[in-house]
Amino acid sequence: MLKTLIFGFLLGIVGTVAAAYYVPVVDQYRESSLISVAPNGGNTESFRINIPTDRIMIGAPMQAEPLPPGLRWPSQELFDGVRVELFKVRNTHETVIGVASRMVADSDQIEDSVEWVLHLPARGTFYVTMPAQPTDGVSRVGSLRAGTREFRPMQGALSERWVPNTEDEGPDAPDGHIELATSFVGTFSDDVTETALTEGAL
Amino acid sequence: MIKYVAGLLSGILLGVFAAATLLYFNPLASRNPLSPLSVSNNEILSVGYSAVPTDSIVYTNNGESRVEPHPDKVRELWEAPIRRSEVLVTVVTDSRNNPAGIGIKFSSDSEKSRIINGEALVDSAWHIHLVERGSLFVEQTENYWNFLRKIVVPAYWSSANHWKGVWNGNMTVGPGALGTAAVTGGTGEFAGLESEAVEAVSASAYSVAQGPVSMEGRLTIDVTGNVELTATDVTER
Repeated sequence: MLKTLIFGFLLGIVGTVAAAYYVPVVDQYRESSLISVAPNGGNTESFRINIPTDRIMIGAPMQAEPLPPGLRWPSQELFDGVRVELFKVRNTHETVIGVASRMVADSDQIEDSVEWVLHLPARGTFYVTMPAQPTDGVSRVGSLRAGTREFRPMQGALSERWVPNTEDEGPDAPDGHIELATSFVGTFSDDVTETALTEGAL
Repeated sequence: MIKYVAGLLSGILLGVFAAATLLYFNPLASRNPLSPLSVSNNEILSVGYSAVPTDSIVYTNNGESRVEPHPDKVRELWEAPIRRSEVLVTVVTDSRNNPAGIGIKFSSDSEKSRIINGEALVDSAWHIHLVERGSLFVEQTENYWNFLRKIVVPAYWSSANHWKGVWNGNMTVGPGALGTAAVTGGTGEFAGLESEAVEAVSASAYSVAQGPVSMEGRLTIDVTGNVELTATDVTER
């Protein structure tokens, strides 16, 4: 009887430790990445943000109807030149896969800019800065400044474009969407490969 | 026969309890090492914020968590790929607690979390704009194990479902080798900056119903060689 109790006790300890080691505490839901290989190297991927349905927040001074309702933008004059937006981000199959922030700064001290951070929980986060003025009057193109996990060894560009909805899809149809297209290429070096291997990206 | 089965089950239960207790009180997992930036002679930029959701401009999560989104009608992150994520938009302050800019923090539970190592990890990224100065991106892995052990679990154990006290801790554990976050400058005076940061939290009240009631966070950012410090930053040093 005592031997059985001791055996059970050890089994309980081993089982608990094994479960704590092997059973993942977190398992992020993954959608397949919809990436195309670009003809001249690297890869491209498009994201879209339906407006207004995917907009979580508009942070700007003096809004008649703040989004979300009840939002209180800081009243200090300091923040007059800052506009912050938060969105849900979709892949080209219209599935939400992440969240993004878009920050516009209008300042006398520093160059005006538009910045994006895209956070895709199962893949990583990347940060892009772009000039405030569109390059061709329609789209802005910015460069990748930093990326985490899957995006860490990348360099490249992101373009931002507003696409109005021209199809009559009923009263609930979005006004249009923001199209974000990445053009990233991996950087090859021993250091990057080792980092990626350590993080399980390769 | 029944006697032996009962003995085995009792033993297993005792073993599970003993192992769980050992994991919870594991002294090796409760380390809260000194931040390498706190003993550095480098130039430091300090950015603070309130970690209480109701003090923020916007806080959102999946809507089912302990901490409720703010304001009430903000869209929730209920879709499967983002339901283990949260976003905080807040005013960030300088070292004198004067408003200095806007910070957006994205956080997602990390798949690298391992209870056996005392790791309740969160992958987070800060998008910070300091008005008239420029923007920064801070990438980090945070470990909430000590926060859970010292604050959240005691709050649940408390008959009042509340924790009060003083707790200070460094949350950042990576990706830097010394447990530091990676900082990338984007615009303004931070353009081209590549450096390190550490995020610390100071908590004094926590409620099971509301989450943090009194809690402040502070990012300490190494800006050596890249940034001309303001008078406030210099005073901080």
